[in-house]
Amino acid sequence: MKFLCIPCDEVMEFAERQIPGDGTLAAVFMCGKCEREMAMLTNPMETQFVSSMGVKIGGQEVPSQPMEVTRGSLDGGSDSVFVEPTVPSQPGIPVGAGVGYSGPPSVQWSPEAVERLQRVPSFVRGMVKRIYTDYARERQIRMLTPEIMDTARSELGLEGM
Amino acid sequence: MKKGDIEARRFRTYRDVDHETGSHLLEQVVAQRTRLSERLASIGTIVAVASGKGGVGKSLVTANLALALAARGKRVGVLDADLNGPSLAKMLAVSESSLGDREGGVVPPLGLGGVRVMSMELLQEDLDAPLRWKDPGSETFLWQSSMETSALREFLSDVDWGDSDYLLVDVPPGTDKIQRLLELVPQLPVVLMVTTPSEMSRSVVARSIRLVREAGVATVAVVSNMTDYLCPDCGSRHPLFRGEGGRTLAEESGLPLWAEIPFDPRLGEGTDRGQTQIHEDPVSEVARVFLALADQLESHVHSGNPTPGRPAHARGDLE
Repeated sequence: MKFLCIPCDEVMEFAERQIPGDGTLAAVFMCGKCEREMAMLTNPMETQFVSSMGVKIGGQEVPSQPMEVTRGSLDGGSDSVFVEPTVPSQPGIPVGAGVGYSGPPSVQWSPEAVERLQRVPSFVRGMVKRIYTDYARERQIRMLTPEIMDTARSELGLEGM
Repeated sequence: MKKGDIEARRFRTYRDVDHETGSHLLEQVVAQRTRLSERLASIGTIVAVASGKGGVGKSLVTANLALALAARGKRVGVLDADLNGPSLAKMLAVSESSLGDREGGVVPPLGLGGVRVMSMELLQEDLDAPLRWKDPGSETFLWQSSMETSALREFLSDVDWGDSDYLLVDVPPGTDKIQRLLELVPQLPVVLMVTTPSEMSRSVVARSIRLVREAGVATVAVVSNMTDYLCPDCGSRHPLFRGEGGRTLAEESGLPLWAEIPFDPRLGEGTDRGQTQIHEDPVSEVARVFLALADQLESHVHSGNPTPGRPAHARGDLE
């Protein structure tokens, strides 16, 4: 998909992505010549279709977590099934039913939280992500949302992140 | 701008406009493919257990072949590609297990025989609920197939299969499901086509065989399941279906028949409970058939020279 600025005959460049709610994805494109902007809004079905392919318009700035599409899209999925393994799997060792991994629960990021994280400058994004993740893990929070990020920012004095 | 001006306008084609938008969709798809290739590169041999036909026992064959390979000392992974009707987590006794969450990949639980298992069943809270995706409200059919393809891709690429010697993929019924796997794993080396002796099964499986042959799969072999009824009490055998669909299918298609598996009620009952004759009764006829099938596969893979081989039978083949 390309957007052409007709007066300039230039391909418009991707500039910004937002999830304003209601299942809408807003992708902003700008003409590098005249700086005219346009926003492409997708309806919920179109948003879902893009999501189902495991791609993000504008690029995947934050590294995706394993099985991100399945985990994020499965209705009725069990969050608690994912745990951080403390004992690595040993191939060839017979293991019976019910054996899994023990350890602290993992922290997932809601799509809105990921969007917000992507607005953090790339050179500090990894550090910021780790701070929020540690904050959530210490409080046994399974899903990081923008609201929890706000709380963390206030408590940890991270204004601007 | 006048209406006449718009009508006179001629746009360049997409390809003519060579400048990219910076949306990076193509790069992301390429990155997905790269991740998939890198993951699969660490696996010895990928074996699809398919049919096209439902109810022929693909999952049971997958589970028991995995256990037979494990019993031979192989490192084995099993991917339950039947997203809508998963059964392998139960068969291999990992239904209640967790998945390890690591940046390098999801660590699958180890089931019977140390077999690594990935199944949609492990992800669902209510095991009796149908598979559903978060639905934006309408037109599910437009994106559902794409979602299932992504889920299968992630099962392949985002699960830490380690350095497995074999990854067995249990492919659900439908030639489209085989096609989906072939799109993700275009160099699929081995497909086992499971059929029953019935004419109906033979006919449907023949279509799937044509599909995988056209796709250039190096090795396709027939596994005939439920060839006859094996009485668990007296050991007598009785035909379950009219005809010899498996043999006919192999002859007509020029494919090797690698196994003829009798129907032994104990096999299904045990598998339902997460038990296995392979380990508990390795000298039983059914266990010997699966061990022979594992040997056939192993021999074929290491020969580097695909040969038809001979089918593993329940009687006399292993003595």
